[in-house]
Amino acid sequence: MKSFVIPAAVVGITVAGLLTGPAQADMASGAVLANTCFSCHGTDGKSVGDMPTIAGKKESFIAKKLKGFKMGSEDSTVMKRIAKGFTDAEIAAIAKFFAKN
Amino acid sequence: MSRFTRRTFNRSLGATVALGALALPGSAPFAAGTKAQVVVVGGGFGGATAAKYIKRFDPSISVTLVEPSTHFITCPFSNTVIGGLNTIDYITQNYDALKKMGVEVVHDLVAHIDGAKKQVKLTRGGTIAFDRCVVSPGIDFRWEKIEGLDASTAGTIPHAWKAGPQTLLLRKQLEAMPNGGTFIISPPVNPFRCPPGPGERISLVASYFKKAKPKSKIVVLDPKKKFSKQGLFKEGWAKLYPGMINYHNVDNDGVVRRVDPKTMTLHTDFGKYKGDVVNFIPSQRAGKIAQVSGLTDNTEWCPIDQQTFESRLVPGVHVIGDSSIASPMPKSGFAASTQAKVCAEAVVNLLKGRMPGTPKFVNTCYSLVDENYGISVAMVYGYEGGKIIKIKGSGGLSPSGADANFHQKEANYARGWYESISNDIWG
Repeated sequence: MKSFVIPAAVVGITVAGLLTGPAQADMASGAVLANTCFSCHGTDGKSVGDMPTIAGKKESFIAKKLKGFKMGSEDSTVMKRIAKGFTDAEIAAIAKFFAKN
Repeated sequence: MSRFTRRTFNRSLGATVALGALALPGSAPFAAGTKAQVVVVGGGFGGATAAKYIKRFDPSISVTLVEPSTHFITCPFSNTVIGGLNTIDYITQNYDALKKMGVEVVHDLVAHIDGAKKQVKLTRGGTIAFDRCVVSPGIDFRWEKIEGLDASTAGTIPHAWKAGPQTLLLRKQLEAMPNGGTFIISPPVNPFRCPPGPGERISLVASYFKKAKPKSKIVVLDPKKKFSKQGLFKEGWAKLYPGMINYHNVDNDGVVRRVDPKTMTLHTDFGKYKGDVVNFIPSQRAGKIAQVSGLTDNTEWCPIDQQTFESRLVPGVHVIGDSSIASPMPKSGFAASTQAKVCAEAVVNLLKGRMPGTPKFVNTCYSLVDENYGISVAMVYGYEGGKIIKIKGSGGLSPSGADANFHQKEANYARGWYESISNDIWG
């Protein structure tokens, strides 16, 4: 099995540095952030029900969508409530995780 | 490796492992060639997720899941069976996929978890040694809090708050009830498993009555002041089931003091209510194995380190799901599963001698007010100052006054959620 633990520090420095300034050393790992999405969007983002599939989508698309939900420019039922709980750095880590797995 | 071999092997190794743990306390990494052993107790939303995700994070760790039943019937969506929308097959899961990915599944009941000896004792005999143990035992009922009821009366007055035969019994009773009959439901005091569950059950029984026996009534005797998603449920009930539901809360004689199963009567402070079908959901505490293994405190729930879910009372044993004190997170299947993933990462890091990571959780609870009318509540949780916290500005309820299209979407997403999460855990 492919290892899917993304070192938190790497994601934190590279992504958070670009988007929100200083890296957050205590940010959750990309795996922990993304794994919780699986509960609705399916394991590795492969949905088996009515929720959209995330697997196979581009990193930039996932990040743009999540930020759109967060800012309210993307229409949704529940995602606007959920996306508001994530920093831009966390959104970037989630997008990276799905794009790489 | 066969079950017998594993257990015999573990018994002989138990002393060595215990000594090793003494020599290198805490998060000692394992030497090359030594396989770390994790035992997961309970195969529900928390336990089955933990077993699967420990294996996903590190396939070299040996994971044994101990669960009495060969099939797991989920509480989520059991209200759709009670309301006649689905059969029990829809909510029945098994452990084939976990076995396929290398989790050893032992169908037995754990009699005791020994944190000092680092082993679990099985009811049918034998022990299994562990380096870390993850316990997800769900809930137990505080029958002593209600006069007239105990486990033996559940055949007459079902709780149906652990899914399975109880779900089917309540469904059968509702099917046998005459048109014009009265269904009484009494939800428990806080904290309890699935806060919006009683509201959804009331809704889906009302939906069944509307179709099959429209003269029937529902009486709710709730000992609380308010309930989860109250505004959204009441909005839906007024639209879909006007005049059918009579809701008594604590300020309106909702506290049941005594139940007489022979006459199907519930006695409150000021009155008595007789039902044709009665669903009494008792107040709750941590699952029994947590109580007998010293994992509970005087609240009757399990205090934990909210970063790793390691017990504050028994080191090396992690408690997740309904039994754990993970407030402000609710006791839900979704919460148990998201906690299990955080706990799985922590367990793997600790076994490797690494620092556990920072937790982050999501919980979304969908409820069906009717087959095509869904509502939801969501929240994102972080970790700050040693505690799980709600992320400010996130989460919340579906909007009130939403149109039919919105509720249709949320009903579809409720089913989509169930199918994805059950496949993520058991598929």
